[in-house]
Amino acid sequence: MTETPAIELRGVCRDFRRPRTSLREAPPVVRAVQDVSLSVGRGERFGVVGESGSGKSTLLRLICGLDRPTSGEILVEGRSIGDQPARRLRWLRRRLQLVFQDPMSSLDPRMRVRDIIAEPLVSQGIGGDHGARVTELLGQVGLDPEAARRYPHQFSGGQRQRISVARALAPDPDILVMDEPVSALDVSVRAQVLNLVDEIVDGLDLTLVFVSHDLSVVRHVCDRVAVMRAGEVVETGETERLFSEPGHDYTASLVAAIPDLHAALAGRSAQDLARGVGPAS
Amino acid sequence: MSRAGDRTVLAVEGLDVGTGHTPLLHDVSFAIARGERVGLIGESGSGKSLTALAVMGLLGEGLHARGDVRLSGRTPATRNLLEVGEREMARLRGDAVSMVFQEPMTALNPTMRVGAQVAEVMRIHGTRDTAGARARAVELLDQVGLPDPAHLARSYPHELSGGQRQRVVLAIALANDPALLICDEPTTALDVTVQATVLDLVVRGVQEREAAMLFITHDLAVVATVCERVLVMYGGRIVEAGPVGEVFADPRHRYTQGLIGASDLTGEQGRRGRGALPTIPGTVPPAGRFPDGCVFRSRCAHATDECGTPPGWTPRGGADGRGSAPDEAEEQAGSAPGEAGRAAGYACFHPAGDAA
Repeated sequence: MTETPAIELRGVCRDFRRPRTSLREAPPVVRAVQDVSLSVGRGERFGVVGESGSGKSTLLRLICGLDRPTSGEILVEGRSIGDQPARRLRWLRRRLQLVFQDPMSSLDPRMRVRDIIAEPLVSQGIGGDHGARVTELLGQVGLDPEAARRYPHQFSGGQRQRISVARALAPDPDILVMDEPVSALDVSVRAQVLNLVDEIVDGLDLTLVFVSHDLSVVRHVCDRVAVMRAGEVVETGETERLFSEPGHDYTASLVAAIPDLHAALAGRSAQDLARGVGPAS
Repeated sequence: MSRAGDRTVLAVEGLDVGTGHTPLLHDVSFAIARGERVGLIGESGSGKSLTALAVMGLLGEGLHARGDVRLSGRTPATRNLLEVGEREMARLRGDAVSMVFQEPMTALNPTMRVGAQVAEVMRIHGTRDTAGARARAVELLDQVGLPDPAHLARSYPHELSGGQRQRVVLAIALANDPALLICDEPTTALDVTVQATVLDLVVRGVQEREAAMLFITHDLAVVATVCERVLVMYGGRIVEAGPVGEVFADPRHRYTQGLIGASDLTGEQGRRGRGALPTIPGTVPPAGRFPDGCVFRSRCAHATDECGTPPGWTPRGGADGRGSAPDEAEEQAGSAPGEAGRAAGYACFHPAGDAA
């Protein structure tokens, strides 16, 4: 091993206890993440796909230090985060930043855009000229500097997502984690945001972890993908290989179920889609 | 034209919807024949859902609709639905025309067992008696592929998964064999594998009943999979229409071209080889702030001064064999073009695909 990976998971499990159903029995346990081991190299674009309930959001919370694993080890840039109290994770907040799915609920409606974007700088005690930094960040995400004075509700969905990205970039992180960042957006706006992500990740040389249920988006964005089902990673591999020759049946069924414009025009019907007839046939 | 005629189930002519001073839909005209599946696409705020609500007579307070909407279900289309009273519209809804919404949790009653909800629509419309409706409900739940329907009919919506709930909503919509089924983003909230099954069920459901379908979505790949014909909407107008194969393979309106470019993530090559995705610049303006003339000109790279006047409807060249022959009279906007003329065409001064 020549280089420490940006993120490394070793046998990570996360159990949740459900409410007790009987006085005599132990409360049932849900294993949301089950023995996951993976590593994300520096500068890599890593995708996590899976259907609802597959544990991808839990995995993401673990990676971001927002939750602790029941067992196993999580290393970010070689430093363990799983067993640390929150006050010891300040360095992590600076290195790793997060963009959420819904830009309306992840931006405080009562704060002006400049305060939203500068908040990571304030909370981490990063000095310097915050105003200038905000202007710079707004430029980076393709928003007018004048936007700093306004409130989130005055922006469209795509613009709000740009604000979220600007906030995430504020402390100059090395790792950017995005949780379904384009799921709530229209196709044309989705293309704009995906282009922005592309530009930023390339331009700032970031490591990207991209979680989505939309396989075509992940295919477009990521170099390598992990497929999750019921808390387990069933397959990890290079994106193109995974899509062209999936190694696991579950991956194959996911890939076959993606509606595709070209395949549909070539005659693939809804019945073919449901039966898992691939685009090729 | 031969295909339309008396097989037409829904005919919408010159539908305008607006509040007191803000026009929201302008001159929306289309027709759906029996057994035909038509997609309605466009970004949020382009007027797709509003069109469906206007047809269903479900427009909110303060919205006014003008125009002509005719539905021939069991009875011939003799009256304009926009002039029919609420009592009569209520009789049509869930019977001759039904709707599947995006969010199945809000469409279902959380305090009622799902079997009873399916049976209710038949009891209300008097198509079956109480016992018959209950038995039929279980049959319908079975038809939409739910496991152990007799047992499942006794569960409440919160006990079901999103896909199961959407199947229940579909069972309710199909219970009275509607002549027209309107689906508003029925699979947007579902996982891909579940989406594939639900789409299949929707198509099978309408095919078995030879019902007409209006399918609203922003996912172009879904429309291409499910529908035969597509209407592209922007700024409350239909800007392009035609058979799915023609419109998606050879879009004429610049907006359609932009939508297709932006949504096509799985091109022939991989990401690195293709560079940045094509996008449509800017965002959909808020209602009432669309430009005069061509509604798309504020975001169009090809717009010229000419676009300040509303572009007329240009029928697509008669290559489709559907009999959408060009008709000079329809060049003029507002001349109430016939159904066939509206079946395939576009409204743009600088269409894509023109060499000039």
